Order: sequence, then structure tokens, then C-alpha cells
Amino acid sequence: MEETVLVQLHALARQAAHPEYAEPPVRPAHASHGGEAPSCRCPVGLLADRDDGTVVRHGELVLKAHGPDGRGDELRSRVSLAARPGLAQVLLAPLPGPREALDGRPLTVWPYGTPVDPDAPDAAPWEEAARLLAALHRTPPPPDLPAMRAPVKAALAVARMRRTAPAHPATATVLRAWSTLPDLPAPQALCHGDFHLGQLVRLAGPGRAEPTGQSAQVRGADRSRTGRSERPDGTGRPDPAGPGSRWRLIDVDDLGVGDPAWDLARPAAWFAAGLLPPGVWSRFLGAYEAAGGPATASPGGDPWARLDLPARALTVQTAALALAKSAAEGRPLDEVEQVMIDTCSRIATLRTELAPPASP
Amino acid sequence: MQCPKCHAPMHTYNRNGVQIEQCSGCRGIFLDYGELEALTRLESQWVQQAPPPPAYPAQPAAPAWGAPHHGGHHGHHGGHHRGFGRMLFSS
Repeated sequence: MEETVLVQLHALARQAAHPEYAEPPVRPAHASHGGEAPSCRCPVGLLADRDDGTVVRHGELVLKAHGPDGRGDELRSRVSLAARPGLAQVLLAPLPGPREALDGRPLTVWPYGTPVDPDAPDAAPWEEAARLLAALHRTPPPPDLPAMRAPVKAALAVARMRRTAPAHPATATVLRAWSTLPDLPAPQALCHGDFHLGQLVRLAGPGRAEPTGQSAQVRGADRSRTGRSERPDGTGRPDPAGPGSRWRLIDVDDLGVGDPAWDLARPAAWFAAGLLPPGVWSRFLGAYEAAGGPATASPGGDPWARLDLPARALTVQTAALALAKSAAEGRPLDEVEQVMIDTCSRIATLRTELAPPASP
Repeated sequence: MQCPKCHAPMHTYNRNGVQIEQCSGCRGIFLDYGELEALTRLESQWVQQAPPPPAYPAQPAAPAWGAPHHGGHHGHHGGHHRGFGRMLFSS
């Protein structure tokens, strides 16, 4: 995001956090570097700045400028879903915020939650994450929800690799692995669409950030579709992630209807590549299945009957993005990225040896 | 019958059709002619019928294209924490 737009985003976040300040500061000093106006001692910061979204924090609020790709209607539908009281203990619920876009990017406001500690991935809440996904997958999707975007993102990653790293020797390997994947009819469940450990936050404490009637104020949300007639939030309802769990899923930008196996496919791919320890994978899968998650159910009882193809796709996606990024940064692949290329090589080889060729 | 070693009374037990005399004092066991062979035969039958011992915890299933030595302690890249840590948290 351009520096000037980022400064405006910080100013809007400050305004949302402090509605008592009628006039936003014209140029908050050092806002883009994590500073703040002298009258405010809130913790502020830039949480993410990617092509598909820029996220800033101001105190207890987070302001997200979504990607400028003209999918505003789909985003409204997804954010409305996150505002449904029936999902308040699964998805982080939005807060009321500015309705106008910034520089062509739709804006949404969310409560701040503590992310998983990147320096302690072994302490990550794998079971809670699995139970949240199971609860999400068991929720009947509303009829107007768009498709979840995991398959599209895999295809986009391959396209980006073709564009930016066409000459890399590993590109052909990744493309061969990609060619093993047929188009699949997708079961129609409610899916997150981009699950990884960065998609979890823990709310600070009971009572904080529960949507107390804000759902209908969400940008453009239709009152009749926000589920206000459902059970009131949080009363007498068990926490899907576990008793007293304050973990929630965030980032609804890719959420939608599709095959829930894609939400498990990234950990599945890490496990298959030999990166995620078998014990962690067992905990995650076991908690998901114990919570009644539907993604892995198969007549033979083999979870890989459903996970195999999405996990291959996520392996290809990860490898393709690694090639695109290493090409853009002019650096060799790191060891973990090379592991994903090697996994693509095995996928491609296995197709040659065992499987009939995929239709073009 | 008295134990030939400590002279305490011996009790007769029947185990799978084999007569066993055990001393109530020193717990010593005496077998008559052919009883050792009968016990050995019963033992070998039991071993053949027994299921394979569940000596190790079950490893999760993995796809055919998974990393070699999957499920063992050597196929995993547990030392690559930094690069994998980044991967855990990104799209």
C-alpha cells in the first residue's frame, strides 16, 4: 500500500477507536511507523500489508483495507456472515465502521485479538483450531454466499509462478504436480478458504468484542440476513473450540461454500511433506473428527480419500508461491521451500507411475 | 502330598487340563511326566493365536506421495523451524 494511503488508514483507525475526536488529524506524526498522536497512548501498528489486504491496529480496534479487486459484493456477504450471532464463537465478529472505501479498497473494522505466537508454533492451539473449523463446516451456509476461494487461489499461485519464474528448473516440476489434479465436484459446506495459523486470534476476555447488536450496522449488511432472530450470542451455548476458549477464526476474505477438505489441506500438505510432526497432525485431525467435522468422512475411513487432492493442490500452491517469491527477491529457495518442490516431484512421479493421466 | 524341599503341604491345580502341584510354603511347582510338554504345546498354540503386539503407537495415515520414512523419526524436518514457522503463518 502506498505510504500516503497507509497514513490515511492509520488516521481512520484512530478515528474509529476514538469517536470523541471529531476531526481526524491531517497527518498523524509517524503513524505509518507505529507512532501515535500525542493525545493518545493506544498501541498502534501495521499488522499486515499485502496485495490482498492491509491491516492496521489502533488500541482495541483493527482496521482492514481489503484488496482493490472489485469483489465488494462478495465481501459484504462474507462480512455479514461473520456478524451472525450464531457464529460469534467461531468467527471473529466485525464492528461497525466506515462505510466508504479508501483508495478503492473496502474497509472493515474488527476487535483486536492476540495472534498465535510465531516464535512458539509448537504451542499453537491446534485442537481449538480444528474444533473451530469443524463448527464452521457444520454450519449450513446461507444461500447467497459466494464460493470459497481456496481452489481459485491455488490456480492463481500457479499462474503467478508461470509469469514470474518461467525459467526456474523447479517450475516444470510444480506444473507436472499441478497436472495431476482434476476438477472436482465440491461438497457444499461453509469453508474458511485460507486456513493457517495466522488466521487465529484469541480475544482478551469474556464480554469483550461480542457483537452486541452491531451486526446490522456492518457495511451494507441486510438486517434480515444477519440472523438477529437466532439465539442471543454466547448464552448457554458451549464454546465450539473448547470450554472457555477465546480463540476465533479471522479473515473472511476467502470464506464461502465449497469442499471443507480444503480447510484441512494446508496442515495435511505440511504433514505429508514431512514438515509437520505426525503427533501434531494427529492432534489436529483427531480434534476435528471428534468435533464432528465433515471434511474427512469417507466410506473406507481413510481421511486421505478426501484430503489427497486438496493437499496436493496446497502443496503445488505453496511451491508455486515459493518460486514466484524467490524469483522476485532474486534468491535461491530455502530448505523448507525445497521440501515443497521435492514433494511436488513425488506427486508428479506418482501420477506417472500409478494414475491415469488427468484430462487436459 | 508334602513338598520334597520344605515339607509343607502341596496343592493340586488344574490349568488347561494339566495337573500342577504347588507348595503352599515355598510356592515351588512340580510337574509330573509329560506335563512340561503339555504346557509347552499350549504355549505355542497361544502364541500362534495371539494378535501382533501393539508395541508402537499408531502413526497417522499419509498419502502415497508423502515424505519417505513417513511416520518414523527420520523423515521429518523438525530442525527447519525458522522457514517452516514462516510457512505456518502465511497464505
